[in-house]
Amino acid sequence: MIKDLRRILAVWAAKAIGTACRLTGRQGVTLAGKAALLICPNILTELAEEVRGPIFVVCGTNGKTTTNNLLCAALESEGKKVICNRTGSNMLNGVVSAFVLAADRRGNIDADYACIEIDEASTVRVFPYFKPDFMILTNLFRDQLDRYGEIDITMNLLKKAMQMAPDMVVVVNADDSLSTFLAMDSGNEYVTYGISKQYFEEDKDSKEIREGQFCKRCGEKMAYRFYHYSQLGDYYCPKCGFRRPGIDFDAVDVKAGQSLAFKVEGRRIQANYRGFYNIYNILAAYAGGRTAGLVLKNFNKVLKDYNPQNGRNEHFKIGKTDVILNLAKNPAGFNQNISAVMEDPAPKDIIVLINDNDQDGTDISWLWDVDFDRFRDINASSITVSGIRCQDMRLRLKYVDIPSELEPDVEKAIRRKLENGVGNLYVLVNYTGLYSTHNILKKIEGERHG
Amino acid sequence: MGKKLTIGHLYPDLLNLYGDRGNIQCMVKRLEWRGFEAEVKEYQLEDAIDFGELDIVLMGGGSDREQMIVCSKLKEIQKDFKAYVEDGGVVLAVCGGYQLLGKYYQTDDGMITGLELVDLYTEQKPGRLIDNIVIQSELFEMPVVGFENHGGRTFIGENKPLGKVLYGSGNTGESGYEGVVYKNVIGTYIHGPLLPKNPQLCDYLLGKALERKYGEGVVLEPLNDTQEKEANEYIYQRFVKK
Repeated sequence: MIKDLRRILAVWAAKAIGTACRLTGRQGVTLAGKAALLICPNILTELAEEVRGPIFVVCGTNGKTTTNNLLCAALESEGKKVICNRTGSNMLNGVVSAFVLAADRRGNIDADYACIEIDEASTVRVFPYFKPDFMILTNLFRDQLDRYGEIDITMNLLKKAMQMAPDMVVVVNADDSLSTFLAMDSGNEYVTYGISKQYFEEDKDSKEIREGQFCKRCGEKMAYRFYHYSQLGDYYCPKCGFRRPGIDFDAVDVKAGQSLAFKVEGRRIQANYRGFYNIYNILAAYAGGRTAGLVLKNFNKVLKDYNPQNGRNEHFKIGKTDVILNLAKNPAGFNQNISAVMEDPAPKDIIVLINDNDQDGTDISWLWDVDFDRFRDINASSITVSGIRCQDMRLRLKYVDIPSELEPDVEKAIRRKLENGVGNLYVLVNYTGLYSTHNILKKIEGERHG
Repeated sequence: MGKKLTIGHLYPDLLNLYGDRGNIQCMVKRLEWRGFEAEVKEYQLEDAIDFGELDIVLMGGGSDREQMIVCSKLKEIQKDFKAYVEDGGVVLAVCGGYQLLGKYYQTDDGMITGLELVDLYTEQKPGRLIDNIVIQSELFEMPVVGFENHGGRTFIGENKPLGKVLYGSGNTGESGYEGVVYKNVIGTYIHGPLLPKNPQLCDYLLGKALERKYGEGVVLEPLNDTQEKEANEYIYQRFVKK
């Protein structure tokens, strides 16, 4: 009885905090989770047990939020009730929040599935509370080295987490040698997805940063038949025989330009998004759902209706200007973002916002691992650098001979381009700039309509 | 005939952790903007290195595991590399590269034997030293700013440090000094990358390399470094002045 009371109190407290933060325009998700866990330490375990069907978790450096939200939408389209940490709060408190805020006033939840993205390093903190049934592992790239340390450290943590949940099936991106090695090394059952055939012509001069150049199993230099991007591609170790495994969910007949299309399991998949990387996100969600035995007959409709409100390729129409807000927080993600922007041949203004708060990683040296020289061919009418470390960003561009305008205040930068820009504005921001920039754009959108 | 410098980048496949390409890019651009020619040669583990054709050598940072892989190769180049250094060859070694300059790096997982180019050694201690860093070097008026992230503590003995720590940890976190200067070798934990926000340091290295190759009298024309200075000043003000 007392246990129940604690749980109800925890749910109420979390909901109150969530509401208060929403009213004051702050992101209160993690705080709500923290409070709930303090009041009722066992709440996550108890609520997770009430989920009737499988629990999915999504991990990997890039694509977590999009993959997780797509999977959630796909499950919902089959009439299922799903718990999901949509906003991408993916550390322990954020995960707790997702469950607690979905509970009713009696502290119970009514859900068929849970789709939870988890920060890689947080998996070992979350898994003691519940053991997921499926883990989708998207990719592993260098990211926030000051916070996570080297990729090897992240891989060790993930391996530990996988071994804490030995019955969990890992749905892994076979094109990434690091993720694949991890899935094999963990001893867990695994299922693969990927793009088996070469899509891009080989660029011998590419200076793109590629992780895992040396075999994780034996240390030999890895060989590649081709790359899709970064280290994703068809790899093999000439010494020990480690290689890209057979692909269970293989995207074939791939087309990536103004929109995306491919075939998987003989089904034609179409999406009105840009960015080759989104093929992986879509494929990952599809493979996850199918591995869990779902039919996903409405999958194309899910993709059509999917309109992220979370700053991942979020679209705003402000006056005559189309604004795209996108998150770009590490070299692999930023390079893919640049490719996606380049699919739009029209003239454009670009704002790049770089912060160095704790959640961004305080070390911004990764800017020099991004191929910003490609901005020269992006048909930019102007490039504005903004955020706390705008000076570093301006220098980064200077050393590829690209001039930029400096405006630390992103709201001013946006308003300026709405006034004097070409009507096609891309705002690329790293993590802590995302929520605030999203709010600024919402606010300006409201001013124009109201 | 225009004057030209050749920059050798050692093992970028393995030692390229913290935007080290930025250091190369900075040197190349600052040569080109002044009408010099710049050539970059990247060496992989299997490549032979002819130090005779190099004017600047850059070694970047790698993970401990990757340093282990590199270390097995270093014995083969040690003699030639040492002769290059003693002859006044210019070297910039950052993070992992800095540790490899010395006798050894004792890690929890084993000993990484170094190049023994400079009399120093490194020991891993609990806790990584991770933060922005600002130092004052005797070589320049402008402070040197950047970021450090290392588990190793480097002991430089009687060698000259690159500078005095104004903010951050530096070589050992306790000595109050950061980096090392030996002949025309600079070793440091500062990445960020190091050179773009510290054009004075970049020009120092370029000047030494030009002098060695073409004798005294080669002038490095000043460039418009307003943006570089502002970026440097921002870090200084934020962390030192407060």
